[in-house]
Parts: sequence; structure tokens; C-alpha cells
Amino acid sequence: MGEIPDAEGVGTVGNPVCGDLMTMYIKVKDNRIEDIKFKTYGCGAAIATSSMTTELAKGKTLEEAMKITRASVADSLGGLPKVKMHCSNLAADALHAAIEDYREKTKKSKEV
Amino acid sequence: MKPPKSRKICMDYSAGKPVDPRIINEMLSYLHSFFGNPSSLHTLGQEAKKALEKSREKLAKLVNAEEPETIIFTSGATESNNLAIKGIANRNKNRGTKILTSSIEHMSVVNPCKLMMRKGFQVVFLPVDNFGLLDLEKLETELDDNTTLVSLVYANGEIGTIQPIKEISKIVHEKKAYLHVDATAACGQIPIDVQEENIDLLTISSNDIYGPRGVGALYIKKGTTIESVIQGGGQERGLRSGTENVAGIVGFAKAAEIAGNEMPQNSERLIELRDDLIKGLIDPIPDAYLNGHPTRRLPDNVSVRYSYIEGESILLSLDIMGIFASSGSACAAKTLQPSHVLLALGLKPEEAHGSLMLTLGRDNTQEDVDRLKSVMPDIVKRLRDMSPLTPKELKS
Repeated sequence: MGEIPDAEGVGTVGNPVCGDLMTMYIKVKDNRIEDIKFKTYGCGAAIATSSMTTELAKGKTLEEAMKITRASVADSLGGLPKVKMHCSNLAADALHAAIEDYREKTKKSKEV
Repeated sequence: MKPPKSRKICMDYSAGKPVDPRIINEMLSYLHSFFGNPSSLHTLGQEAKKALEKSREKLAKLVNAEEPETIIFTSGATESNNLAIKGIANRNKNRGTKILTSSIEHMSVVNPCKLMMRKGFQVVFLPVDNFGLLDLEKLETELDDNTTLVSLVYANGEIGTIQPIKEISKIVHEKKAYLHVDATAACGQIPIDVQEENIDLLTISSNDIYGPRGVGALYIKKGTTIESVIQGGGQERGLRSGTENVAGIVGFAKAAEIAGNEMPQNSERLIELRDDLIKGLIDPIPDAYLNGHPTRRLPDNVSVRYSYIEGESILLSLDIMGIFASSGSACAAKTLQPSHVLLALGLKPEEAHGSLMLTLGRDNTQEDVDRLKSVMPDIVKRLRDMSPLTPKELKS
């Protein structure tokens, strides 16, 4: 939990109006997620999925991390109530957004 | 070393109350010994009938009804609200087809009203102000000759705001509409007098006054034109068929008797705890606010909201410590929408989501209040540290 001030990839998904908003921060070394942290505004399920996603992603290659899905996060938590599957299970999306942000940034820096 | 186990604290009494131990024995005898059906003519049936009528008297006394026969026993407040709305609207549709209600009603009023809308009735959900008080001017302008029913909550259980029912009643009766008042949360906490306040129909819940669940009542003023929703053997003056739940009703009546006798001292004590808790949950924490009215408020109700965090995560943090609360935000409920009651106060969805609702009960003590006050600042701080919405100056 927390923020990585010099993160190389940042992904934010959700909307406070719906009651869930989360940001994932990643640091990457040799194509692997070296460090990952989250900030989450939301219900218990939102916080739990954020935390589980960071545990699942840490140490994985970017390709492996992209394969983490909402369903695999929910499974790792031992399941989520049906109503929470859609709204609060956003952490995998935030992770993917952070990886894409990292890829965009490194592409740009290579182009320069 | 394990931390010392502290007492579990329930501060969610509006969701469910323990049955007062003083009434359980009385109920039991109607389950095993006096098990007769009040409709039977033999002695066993008449014993049950006697208990039923005695119970009616006790309920009538609690709300100062003109006579016991005005009390109709139901299966609970939801059924009472359904009977009042559908029974009045349908029976009087030749006279008019407009229903007025408010934007802070319980779902057992909202949904029957929506059903009547689909059946061709006009329904207006009247606005409330920031404290949850009904807009009386709007009530006057919407009330017309086509209006047969005005259905309003006496005090909303989520925010605690008590409506000026006597004033509302004057306005409603100038247009000869019926006034139904849902007193589920209010009854037993504040004095209600259906004659003095001129209320035509009043919903009362058993569990909300420490009686058993599955029982409620609807007071129906003598001379009110209404039809039944449940048809059958014609029990309860034909307005609610089905063999009466005698044991439940006996328990409900005993609860009403106790509530009537002990209301002044109970409410006085709860108001003291309530105000101390509100102060302790708001004053030491930045960006913390009270939902509802500061003084025109049910003795048991504390509803606060904290910016940048979500109510359910507060609720779960308290649960881990053995403290049971409720989030005003419906994230804990079956839908994920923020509560319509909080939105009706003019709160933005993200503000409404940060609400925490505590309802005090007879078992709560100053010690419980002190414990809440001592743990809340850290819970809020921890969740704010976690939230991407928290401004920098509030983070540690």
C-alpha cells in the first residue's frame, strides 16, 4: 500500500462517483515488476483486490502480469460477492493501465 | 501476546434489535400452552382471542389511538406501508389518483409508490432541505383535489431527522387527503399521539421497539376508506387476512408497553450518548460532517461522513475491532448506488459514499461511546493514507 514517488508506470481506473477509484504504481527492472504499490478509495472488496493484485504481480514479467485478470484476482481471494465483481474488482485493470503507461513512456524515451 | 479481548459493541441497532428478555416468557406460553386460533369459538381459541385484543389495547395506548380496533396487526412495517399506500390509493381512486411522498422514504414506501405509478397513478417525490426536513411549500403547491394520499416518514432511520408532522398534517387535511406516517424508526423513541397530531394511518414495527421480528401494525383512523392487500379469511376486520401471529403480537404489545413506560428516561440517556458521540467523531477529525439535523433528530441516530474515504471500508475496519456499524452508503447493501436518502440531502455521490451510520440501543454505554471516539481518528487516517483522493496536507 502507498505510492511510489519515482514510479515508471502509473495506472488509474474507476470513478469516485461510483465509489471506487484506484491507482497502481510500478517500477520495472529487466522486464520484471520490481516494485508495485497501490492507492485505493473504495469498499472492502476494492481494497482487497488492490492488495491481492500487487501480491500477484510482484516479481512477474510484464507479459505474465498482463495475464492477471479480474477473475484470477477474485479467485485468489477465494471469490467475491456477485455485486462486487463488476464495480470493485478493478485492480487488474489498473495494473494493465500501469504497464501500458510504462511501455508508452519507455517507447517515447527510446524514440528520443 | 494477544491483545486483551474487548467487549463486542453493537451500534447498528436500527438493523436489528435484541428481543427484550422481559417479553420472551410471555410469548412462550402462547406458543405451547395457549396455542389456539383466535377465530375458534372454543375456550382455547378464545384465550388466544383475549390475548390478541389485550395486545391491541396496548398498541393503541402507545400512540394514543382513539380505540383499540384502529390497530391492524401485520407481518411488519413493510407490509403496513404496502397496505397503507395500495389500500388507500386503490380504494379512493374514483376520488383522485395522485400520491405525494418524499425523496427520503424507506424502500417499502418508495417501491409501492413506484408500482402505483406504473398502474397509472401520479406520484410526486417531494424534496427535502440539506437537513432532511420536508419542503412544506412544495407540499402545499403539489397538494390538489386529485391527491388522495400523502405518505411521509416520521423520522428517517438513516439520518434521524424528525419531520414536523403536526404542521404537515394541517396542510394535508386542508385538501382532505389522507396522511400516512411511517413511524418505524420514530415509534418508541419519541412520543407519538395520532389524535393530537391528526394522523390517519401510522406504521409501527415490533422489532424496532425491541419486540420480535415478523410483527408490525398499521393504525387506521376510524372512518378511513381503505381496502385490503391480502385477502382470505377476513381476520383483522377484513384488512389483513391470515391466522394471527398471536405469540408475536403478544411480544410486540409487551414491547409497546415497556417502550411507553420507559421512553422518557431511555431517550434522555441516548440523546446524551448520541451528542457526545457525534462531537467525538467530528471535532477531532478534519473534513468530517454530520448528516441530518443537529437537534430535530432521533435519540439513537448518529450519521457522519468523512471526505476522501468510503463508508464500507470504515465499517469493515470497525468490524475487525468488534464494533458493528452500518455504512450509509449502499455499497454494503444489495445495490452499489449511494443511498437515495443521502443524495436527497444534496450530497454528491462521492460525499454520500463516505458515510457511516451508527444507531444506539438500550445496551450501549458511555464506555462504548468512548471506545468509538478513541478508535475512529486512526481508522480515518489509515484509510485516507490509502486513498488517491486525499489532499497532501492530510497525509502523514
